[in-house]
Amino acid sequence: MTMKFRIYRYNPDIDAEPRMQDYEVETERGMMLRDALLTIKAMDESFSFRHSCGEGVCGSDAVNVNGSNKLACVTPLSELKAPIEVRPLPGRPVVRDLVVDMSQFYAQYKKVDPWLKRSDPLPEQEIRQSPAQRDKLDGLYECILCGCCSTSCPSFWWNPEKFLGPQALLTACRFLADSRDQAQSERLDALEGPYKLFRCHSIMNCVEACPKNLNPTKAIGHIKQLMLKDAL
Amino acid sequence: MALQKRRFDTLIIGAGGAGLNAALQLANASLGVAVVSKVFPTRSHTVAAQGGVNAALGNVLPDNWHWHMFDTVKGSDYLGDQDAIEFMCREAIPTVYELEHNGVPFSRLDNGTIYQRAFGAQSQNFGGDQAARTCAAADRTGHAILHTLYQQNLRARTHFFDEYFAIDLIRDDEGAILGALILDIESGEPLLIEAKTTLIATGGCGQVYRTTSNAHINTGDGMAMALRAGVPLMDMEFFQFHPTGIAGKGLLITEGVRGEGGYLINSLGERFMERYAPNAKDLASRDVVSRSIITEVKEGRGCGPRKDHVLLKVDHLGEELVAKRLPGIRESARIFAGVDPAREPIPVFPTAHYVMGGIPTDRYGQVVSPARHGPEEVIPGLYAAGECACASVHGANRLGGNSLLDILVFGRAAGKQIIDYVRDNPNHRPLNQASVEQAMARLTRWEQKGEGLSVAELRGELRKVMEDHAGVFRTEEIMQEGVELLKEVRGKLAEVRLSDQSKAFNTARIEALELENLIDTGMAIAVSAQARQESRGAHSRPDYPKRDDANWLKHSLYFQQDERMDFKPVRTKPLSVQSFPPKERVY
Repeated sequence: MTMKFRIYRYNPDIDAEPRMQDYEVETERGMMLRDALLTIKAMDESFSFRHSCGEGVCGSDAVNVNGSNKLACVTPLSELKAPIEVRPLPGRPVVRDLVVDMSQFYAQYKKVDPWLKRSDPLPEQEIRQSPAQRDKLDGLYECILCGCCSTSCPSFWWNPEKFLGPQALLTACRFLADSRDQAQSERLDALEGPYKLFRCHSIMNCVEACPKNLNPTKAIGHIKQLMLKDAL
Repeated sequence: MALQKRRFDTLIIGAGGAGLNAALQLANASLGVAVVSKVFPTRSHTVAAQGGVNAALGNVLPDNWHWHMFDTVKGSDYLGDQDAIEFMCREAIPTVYELEHNGVPFSRLDNGTIYQRAFGAQSQNFGGDQAARTCAAADRTGHAILHTLYQQNLRARTHFFDEYFAIDLIRDDEGAILGALILDIESGEPLLIEAKTTLIATGGCGQVYRTTSNAHINTGDGMAMALRAGVPLMDMEFFQFHPTGIAGKGLLITEGVRGEGGYLINSLGERFMERYAPNAKDLASRDVVSRSIITEVKEGRGCGPRKDHVLLKVDHLGEELVAKRLPGIRESARIFAGVDPAREPIPVFPTAHYVMGGIPTDRYGQVVSPARHGPEEVIPGLYAAGECACASVHGANRLGGNSLLDILVFGRAAGKQIIDYVRDNPNHRPLNQASVEQAMARLTRWEQKGEGLSVAELRGELRKVMEDHAGVFRTEEIMQEGVELLKEVRGKLAEVRLSDQSKAFNTARIEALELENLIDTGMAIAVSAQARQESRGAHSRPDYPKRDDANWLKHSLYFQQDERMDFKPVRTKPLSVQSFPPKERVY
């Protein structure tokens, strides 16, 4: 079966402005969107997009498909309505074609100090953690930094420098939830103010966009609760 | 425009488990570390490792590093260096604890210790009952480790060059390595990084095969760079085919599934592994299971309309266990095979997975090569770790759960060794302009205009040759033909042209550079495989069906120049315990 694709194209070396280019791809049963993009790449090598693992764990190939952010490698063509319109993730500067500049997204990730902080001396063996304590990390640690959530969040579009965005806040929650971390107050203090955390208006685009079925809105709510407890 | 230059104490090429664990040691010691990675670090393929990392912690069942060492030597089909294996198995324990301290979210046992699962070919008491040695964070262990290491490197202020592609190593007339020429993918501009030490940690090369568990980025870049710098590749014939790739797709279903109690059946519904490995059954070593599956299919007992795969049965384990311990593979099986493993079996077939050979190193990550005075002379300033390296702990077959271990232990060891080297050699050596120009020529070659073959066409041809002529079973005739065909493929590389010459994020140009690397590594695999006239571990020759210790208990070394093979002895003497002499390998 042939399927129609409309692909966002922009090469700053050549194009004055972006354009949409149409392609027809011969598809087979079970094909993913990434397979179609690779077929297009084989027809037209000037088309650029990021991709790697092909199984939804590296987070490279996040794109906007028919209006939603998705990972191309785990999106079956059978779930999409033709013509399939593929654009770069919204709200980020376009480097070329479907490749966007993610530096702001990574900068926000780094701002939450995404590493375990401890003041106690380390034990000789593992820091013990009960299965129940470990379960608290489920739903928080599996993020693959694809950017689907933050780039679908209007608050992040308007204030990408000030609002940390769903991804960074999910990561902040991952460390707040870790029984081994000993910097809870410091982490909560760092999230104070009108923008970093509180620009989340619970629009929940992030929840819909996350290809790993994570729930940043819930994580943000949890951080707010911890702040309340910390203040009391 | 003049070539831009930067200077660092250490250059690390590749940001997977090995590169990042080395970088962390160095950054913590306040050395200037540059990590160059062609993808954002958390995209490195370490992220896809599922099952876990071995360490004899003894959290579930009694264990010690000496038993782990025995299983690794036996798993290697006695081709692993026993000193390096002892080192790795002992270092496994502090390495895993260090990872845990760094924040890796390991699954836990009731008493709060790290969860450990059963994995193939691992035993208690030197070949006794099944061991539980593989430390796991559900079935996302690689993801958990890679992200944690990246996070720790952010804390330690490692200098990252994200989305830069390494073109070639720079070396002087004495063979010392001075850094590398790299390319900023976004701007298309080259950059020269001068470094006192260079660590190659670029991972595997599974993309030489058509059906592989490897990511798009696993194109053997570091191995090919080493070859072009005159360094041989060791034991490249031992390419592991993982028994359980999703049929027709290649992506992996971890051995951890069998570790949790999953098993294989053929079209008769028979648990066929009982015939091939009466004791270990589905937890025999991977080469044994892969060959058994292929034999079942060849003899007509395959499943599906084309009878071209077998089934991995999981549904008897119960939905709760599948959800708790195998959430990632459940997701993959649903998306790619259209089955929910908690209810139906998964169609599987062996897939190209892991290269056990690579750039020869000692157990400190220093690259060693035959030179004037002996078979293992250190190349000044050059280190390698991870899948692209060969510290020779896998020998002819990799023990499941030992790949994450290999990359982490030797990445860490290389980092520590580099600290000492930089302390003893505090100055940069003078730059060698001729070598820089040679590297630049490799880049500018792709500026040739005109009609020609496309990268995609020639890459397709390469993969077909590799699959048909360097797969699981290999005869002299097939290999001979394969090497000839590969020479043709290599010859055609000169005819390949890029239609897209623009500089901004030109992935076509990157793929062209990768194709050259793939051809170089594919050739190393095929020539080495043809040379080895025996069957051992992952190298299976129907025309030489037996392991031949009298003639072949030795490492192969492939040199790109003249397609030359050399050999060196296996180090059979461990560091502190008695040697494990070769025995018939039964599971």
